Amino acid sequence: MAVMSYRDAVRQSIIDEMERDQEVFMMGEDIGRYKGTFRVSEGLLEKFGEKRVVDTPITECGFTGIAIGAAMAGLRPIVEMMTMSFSILALDQIINHAAKIHYMTGGQITVPMVVRGPSGAANQLSAQHSHSMEGWYAHVPGLKVVAPATADCASGLLKTAIRDNNPVIFVENPGLYATKAEVNEDKDYTIPFGKARVAKEGKDLSLIAYSRMVHVCMKAAEELESRGISAEVIDVRSLLPLDTETIFGSVRKTHRAVVVYEDWRSGAFGAEIHARINENCFDDLDAPVGRVGGLNVPMPYSRILELQCIPNEKDVLAAVEKLG
Amino acid sequence: MAKPAVHTESAAEIEQYFREMLFIRHFEEKCNFAYRQGKAGGYLHVYIGMEALAIGWMHSIRKGHDYVITAYRDHAHALLLGTDPVAVMAEICGRVAGPSRGKGGSMHLYDKAHGLYGGWGIVGGHIPLGGGLAFAAKYRGEDRVTLNFMGDGASNQGVVFETLNMAGLWDLPCIFIVENNEVAMGTRLEYHAADTELWKRGLPFDIKSERIDGMDALQMKKDAQRIVDWVRENQKPYFVEVMSYRFAGHGAADNDRSLYRSKDEEDINFKRDPIARIEMELERRNIMNREKMEAIEAEIVAQVDEIYEKAMASPHPVPEEVYENVYSDMEPEVGH
Repeated sequence: MAVMSYRDAVRQSIIDEMERDQEVFMMGEDIGRYKGTFRVSEGLLEKFGEKRVVDTPITECGFTGIAIGAAMAGLRPIVEMMTMSFSILALDQIINHAAKIHYMTGGQITVPMVVRGPSGAANQLSAQHSHSMEGWYAHVPGLKVVAPATADCASGLLKTAIRDNNPVIFVENPGLYATKAEVNEDKDYTIPFGKARVAKEGKDLSLIAYSRMVHVCMKAAEELESRGISAEVIDVRSLLPLDTETIFGSVRKTHRAVVVYEDWRSGAFGAEIHARINENCFDDLDAPVGRVGGLNVPMPYSRILELQCIPNEKDVLAAVEKLG
Repeated sequence: MAKPAVHTESAAEIEQYFREMLFIRHFEEKCNFAYRQGKAGGYLHVYIGMEALAIGWMHSIRKGHDYVITAYRDHAHALLLGTDPVAVMAEICGRVAGPSRGKGGSMHLYDKAHGLYGGWGIVGGHIPLGGGLAFAAKYRGEDRVTLNFMGDGASNQGVVFETLNMAGLWDLPCIFIVENNEVAMGTRLEYHAADTELWKRGLPFDIKSERIDGMDALQMKKDAQRIVDWVRENQKPYFVEVMSYRFAGHGAADNDRSLYRSKDEEDINFKRDPIARIEMELERRNIMNREKMEAIEAEIVAQVDEIYEKAMASPHPVPEEVYENVYSDMEPEVGH
C-alpha cells in the first residue's frame, strides 16, 4: 500500500497494464509530447515510445473509430478524451459502433477498449467542458461504465477495464485528480465491475452516489453524525453493470435514501437508481426516496454560479431534512 | 498497326470470374425474391450491376489474411471472401444459420474467419474502423492490407476525412475504395458532391489517389492487384474511386428509380453490364460459346435455389437468444 493521488493511480495502472501486455496502447489528444492536459499521461511517451503512446489530431470521432477498429483486430486501446465532453463528437463511434459490434456479429468480434477521461465540472471551464457524460453512456447496452471516487478504486477498476473484452467508459471527475488515498500497489490488483462499495456504514439513512459526489456525501454524513443521525454512504462505482443488491440491501436496512449526482438532475443516471429503489424497495421505505442533482442549466462560467450548479453537502443535508 | 492485346489472365480465371459474377447476380435476385416473399425484412441492398468491382478486389488480396470492411451493400463481399452462401442467405432472412445468428441481417454481415469485418449501416461510420484494422496490422508489424469500401455518398462524411488524415499521417496500409455508383441512395452525385471527381479526396492528405473503371472485371482485377501490391509493399494508404453503376434501386424498398434517374440513362448504363462484358470476352477469346454460358447459368440458378431452400430450413432464433452477445461475459438487464 502507498498513499497516491488519483491522477498517479490512474497513470500507474496504465503503466502496469502496458508493461504486462504489449497489445495495450494509448491514444488521444496531447497525451504524449504535451504530457496530457491533466497530466495523467505524463512520462508515458518517454517510457513506451510513439508507437504505444499515440498523439492524435483533434478529431475525436475519427481516432475513437480507429481505436475501435484496432480493438476489433484484438489490440487493447486506451483512448483518452481530453475531457469527456469532447466524446460527444465520438458518440456515433461509441454508441452506434463499439457498443453494438459484439451483438451484431453474433459474438464473433469483441471490442476490448477503454475510453477514459475527466467527466464533470472542473473549475470555471464553463458550458462546453463540464458535462457529466457517464449517464449518457450508462443508457447504452453493450457498454460498461465505471466512475471511481477514490485513487484505490481508480487503480483497481482501471485494470479491470483494460482487461475487459468489452468497451468500457471510465470517468474521472477532474476534482478528484489531486485527492490522495491508500492504494493497493499489487500489479494484479483489480476490482470487479458491478460491486458497489460501502464507503461508510450507517443505520438511519442511505446516501447513494458515485465519483466525486461520494466525497460530498461523506462530508454530509459527518455533519449528520454530529446531529446524531447515522448515514450510510454507498459508492456505486460501477454504473453498468449496477450492483443493485448492495444498494437495495442498504435501503432495506436504513429505510431512507437520497441519491446524489452531479449530472443534470433531470433524466440522469441517478434518476435510474432512484427509480430502481422505488420499484424494488417500496415496502421498505419510510419516506419517498430523495435525490440531489446538478441544476438543469448549461454550466455557467462565473465561479459563484458554477458552485451553485454543483451539488454540495448543504444540498444533501437539505434533501435529508426533507425526508422527515 | 496497334499492338495486339496481351492477355495475362488464364481461361480458367476468366471463367471463374464469369461464374462468380453470375452467382452474385442470381443470389441477389433471390434476395429480392425473399424480400418480396416477406422472408427478408428491414433494409436490403443488392449489388446487381456492380459485381465486377468486388471480383477485382477480392481476387487481389490474401483472403482470410487481409482485412475487408464495407457498408451495407455487403452480400457480394461476403460471398467472394468465402462465407458459406447458405449462411449469408440465412442471415439475410434472420435465421440462426447466419454468421450472426440472425442478429445482423442483410446490412451487417461479418465473418471474422474469412476476414470480413462488416457490414455497417451508418454511412461512412465504418471508415475509421477500417483505419483501425490497418492500424492494428501496422502496430503488430504484419503485412496485412485493409480494403475499406464505401459508397460515393459516404465520401462526404466528416469522419471519412478525419480517417484519411490519420491514414496519411500514420502511413496506414489501408485502401479506401469509393464504389461510385453515381447515386447516394436517391441523391445523384452532382447534387451531393462539390467536386464530382471523388478520387481527388485523397490528395489533400498526401495519399496516392486515382480513378478507375469498375465495370470490366478483367481490368478491375489488374488495377486492384497493382494497388494492393503497392500498398503491401510500401505500407502506405491509397485512395481509389471506382466508377460503377447500381442497376437496382438503393434498396429492395426503393421501387421508383425515376425519382433520380431517367429510363434513357438506365438504358445507356445497362449496356455497361459487367456480365455481358465478360461473356463477350469469353466468346472473343474462344473460351466458351453461348450454349455453354447458358448451361452454366442454369446450373447457378439451380444452385441458388438450393441455397435458398437450405437457408429457409434454418430455424429462427429462440426468444432467450435476445440477451446473448450483448457482452462477451455477462447478461444485460432483463425484462421490459
